[in-house]
Amino acid sequence: MAEKEYAYYSGCSLEGTAKEYDTSLRLVMKTLGVKLAEIPDWSCCGSTPAHTVDHVFAAALAARNLAIIEKMNTHTVTVPCPSCLTVLKKAHIGMTTDESFKNEVNALLDEPYEGKVTAKSSLQVIYEDIGLEAIADRVTHALPDLKVVAYYGCILNRPPDIAQFDDPENPVAMDKVISALGIEVLDYAFKTECCGAAFGVPKRAMVNELTHKILSMAIDVGANCIAVACPLCQQNLDLRQEQVNQTMGSSFNIPVLYFTQIMGLAYGYSPDDLEMDKLVVGADHLIRSRIPVEEYRKMKEAEAAAAKKPAKAKEMKEEPKETAKAEEN
Amino acid sequence: MRVGVFICHCGNNIAGTVDVARVAAEMRKLPGVVYATNYMYTCSEPGQEEIKQAIRKEGLDRIVVAACSPRMHENTFRKTIEKAGLNRYFLEMANIREHISWIGEDKELNTNKAIEAVKMAVAKVMNNKPLYSSSFKVNKRVLVIGGGVAGMQAALDCADGGLDVVLVEKSPSIGGMMSRLDKTFPTIDCSICILGPKMVDVVQHEKIKLYAYSEIDEIKGYVGNYQIKIRKKATYVDWSKCTGCGACMEKCPTRNAYDHFNFGVATTRAINIPFPQAIPKKAKIDPEFCRQFTKGKCGVCAKICPTGAINYEMKDEIVAEDVGAIIVATGYGLFDLDKFPEYGAGRYPDVITGIQYERILNASGPTSGHILRPSDQTEPKTVVFVSCAGSRDKSLGVPYCSNFCCMYIAKQAILTKDHIPDSQSYVFYMDIRSNGKGYDEFTRRAQEEYGAKYIRGRVAKIYPKGKKMVVRGADTLLGTQVEVEADLVVLATAVISAPGAAGMAEKLHISYDTFGFYVESHPKLRPVETNTSGVYLAGACQGPKDIPASVGQGSAAASKVLSLFSKDMLESDPAIAQVNINACVGCLKCVKTCPFQAIKEEVLRNGRKVAKVIETVCAGCGVCTSTCPCGAIQLQHFTDNQLLAEVNAICQS
Repeated sequence: MAEKEYAYYSGCSLEGTAKEYDTSLRLVMKTLGVKLAEIPDWSCCGSTPAHTVDHVFAAALAARNLAIIEKMNTHTVTVPCPSCLTVLKKAHIGMTTDESFKNEVNALLDEPYEGKVTAKSSLQVIYEDIGLEAIADRVTHALPDLKVVAYYGCILNRPPDIAQFDDPENPVAMDKVISALGIEVLDYAFKTECCGAAFGVPKRAMVNELTHKILSMAIDVGANCIAVACPLCQQNLDLRQEQVNQTMGSSFNIPVLYFTQIMGLAYGYSPDDLEMDKLVVGADHLIRSRIPVEEYRKMKEAEAAAAKKPAKAKEMKEEPKETAKAEEN
Repeated sequence: MRVGVFICHCGNNIAGTVDVARVAAEMRKLPGVVYATNYMYTCSEPGQEEIKQAIRKEGLDRIVVAACSPRMHENTFRKTIEKAGLNRYFLEMANIREHISWIGEDKELNTNKAIEAVKMAVAKVMNNKPLYSSSFKVNKRVLVIGGGVAGMQAALDCADGGLDVVLVEKSPSIGGMMSRLDKTFPTIDCSICILGPKMVDVVQHEKIKLYAYSEIDEIKGYVGNYQIKIRKKATYVDWSKCTGCGACMEKCPTRNAYDHFNFGVATTRAINIPFPQAIPKKAKIDPEFCRQFTKGKCGVCAKICPTGAINYEMKDEIVAEDVGAIIVATGYGLFDLDKFPEYGAGRYPDVITGIQYERILNASGPTSGHILRPSDQTEPKTVVFVSCAGSRDKSLGVPYCSNFCCMYIAKQAILTKDHIPDSQSYVFYMDIRSNGKGYDEFTRRAQEEYGAKYIRGRVAKIYPKGKKMVVRGADTLLGTQVEVEADLVVLATAVISAPGAAGMAEKLHISYDTFGFYVESHPKLRPVETNTSGVYLAGACQGPKDIPASVGQGSAAASKVLSLFSKDMLESDPAIAQVNINACVGCLKCVKTCPFQAIKEEVLRNGRKVAKVIETVCAGCGVCTSTCPCGAIQLQHFTDNQLLAEVNAICQS
């Protein structure tokens, strides 16, 4: 496979609270043969209070970065953080569809943005550009204990005319990516439910209630791990879990992993490589059973053979299912 | 040549933004115009009288009326001048209302534009030739497309009026949507009990020829003389032998065929009779599921059939029928669940559509009329109805109201309480639209006597929680979010045009709107006519309609056909294409471009090939005239000379 290259806009979270997202994403992209090119002198995306005050100013913050990317080798930028992605795309769409808006924004910039950059979330790059087959090809380890629900959050797929990716109500990209790793993914009704993170400071009680809903639905469907693709989602569900437990009288203890960390585990990186120690709710108990795929297959085959002998009636139904699963892994 | 010009005020419609007196004064200056005046309502009786008198007094021989669209009153004024002794084609209309006064506000500009428009009409009328229509015989048979309640009513009324009727229904039985309903609002009478006798009448009527499981392949011809090709789809069962005993259906080993009649609430056999009251009550094989077709071996039904009616080799058959008029009653379609990702898009078995619930309520349905939810066949105690699932939602391309959902939801809520007395229904609604006779009382009854709880607000999300479905929505009267834990959720999905509606419209040469519903000739005054003469509309193919409205339209369309057929001969429109055989070079390009196959090749006595227009078939569209390389074919009343005279009239000023 020819090496793909993308400009990489990590955004501020991935340098701070979501450092492990950055680390794991870089490792996974390396494994998948994707080169991430640093954007020289990148600045704030504008996903700050700016966009609630002044659309032109907010777009200018985003467009400054787009203008820099426009001068790079590649005109496609991958953005792990959905908040950054939304403002970058919004600025791009606004400036390419409305000439006067473009002029207003460019008037604030030293270098004008001409509208040539395509921004994609890192999930979109992995799901669409790399593809499930290539994702599955590189798997080295099975994670038999993991039962994952994918939580997309509110803005990864919305609003649909800005995000232009996956289904706004029932997104499936992350589910499919994790399934391709041979890991069990459960159907989850609250994939895009609001977690309240934006009100983390002013309305803590409401945030606790909303987060409680999301966590309890994950437990109800039988999950033991939540996969996310957003630094704010991760922080809210992971860091606040104890707070939710205290205020809502629950006892959640469910780890919240970046989907790239899960991918990294399946690709054989150590928990230390993936900075799993940065999680507030630890995932060690789930990872302990990690086993190379070859061994896992043999183990399953032995199990299937053992199951065959006593229960002959079951044979017909059980057998094809087991082999299918083994092939998947 | 003595031209008279009549400028209409149309009250203030025209005179409000056009200086009509000035237009008339300008016209008087034109050569050939000997009389020009303006009048309050030219279409009124005194207005027409004035035209007649002016023709007599001033000796006028050409008339221009500048008023509304010729679609409104051209015929009126043609008759007026005919009564005064002029050929009806010596009339021209200038549309100074729709084209000028209604769309511009600047009186000065409007007046100038009106002067030019009337000038064009004057130039045209001076080039007009007298035309005379010929008459042709009418074939007094009528084709009804669609065997739902509207089509059945139309067929019965036509047949009772003495006409021969050809009724074509694409599904295996007539009855349409109404045959699927359990009870009907607002009287709660059993739908099939009132429809069944009508279905029997249709099949037993000696004047009605029924083609079930058949579709229209081709329509050729024109009002009074249509040639129809009907495709009788292969049923793989010889219906002349099938007795409808149902033995084949009982023994068929394929149990998972999609049940079209029950909208997939249950499965059926690969050979099936759709429902007990089906007419005709004959079996048909669904080759998509039949093992004989999918696997190449089975043959159980052939072995079991006591009359040997099964024929796996059967092919579609094309039959020809000639008719003089067509009634289109092709009904409607419904949004599928996949349009609603926020409601699970069909992933949750206990979120169903209104028509599916209708089948669950129905005694001949898959649950024999016991309300059992699809997931675990248990009785639901809490049922939530969601109205406007798709309707009045621009983002889904359905900005219109689906007309009857408010009513059937109220009915289903009442029936739910009847079936399960300890149940509770909730209805999420935007507005309650119940403006028929006895309708509002009915929706109130659902609330007051049957305790259905109506919540004004839309549903944002439906998600599973254990065995329940949680319906989350807004209560806009309380101004709060509400969640209802339901056992069963019923979506009143939007009414859309029938699948294939656009294709059918193109075969019929009738127009359809953005949503695929057929367009009537006038929304108020010609509700069952189309702009294609001889083609009439009935029922929901024109827009969402409940049963009384559909039946009313069925009868209305039938009465239109009966009045059309009250004459033995019809007059043809002389504004059709004509070939100047001296100029025709016989290239016959026009034969290829004519959309109505109205032009054929003719060999003259000297052996020269020329084009010939079949007068009765030509629709006067004019495609041939722009195709003809040497101007030999001319559309009468719209000849090159006439149109160029109009162009000259505006280019000179």
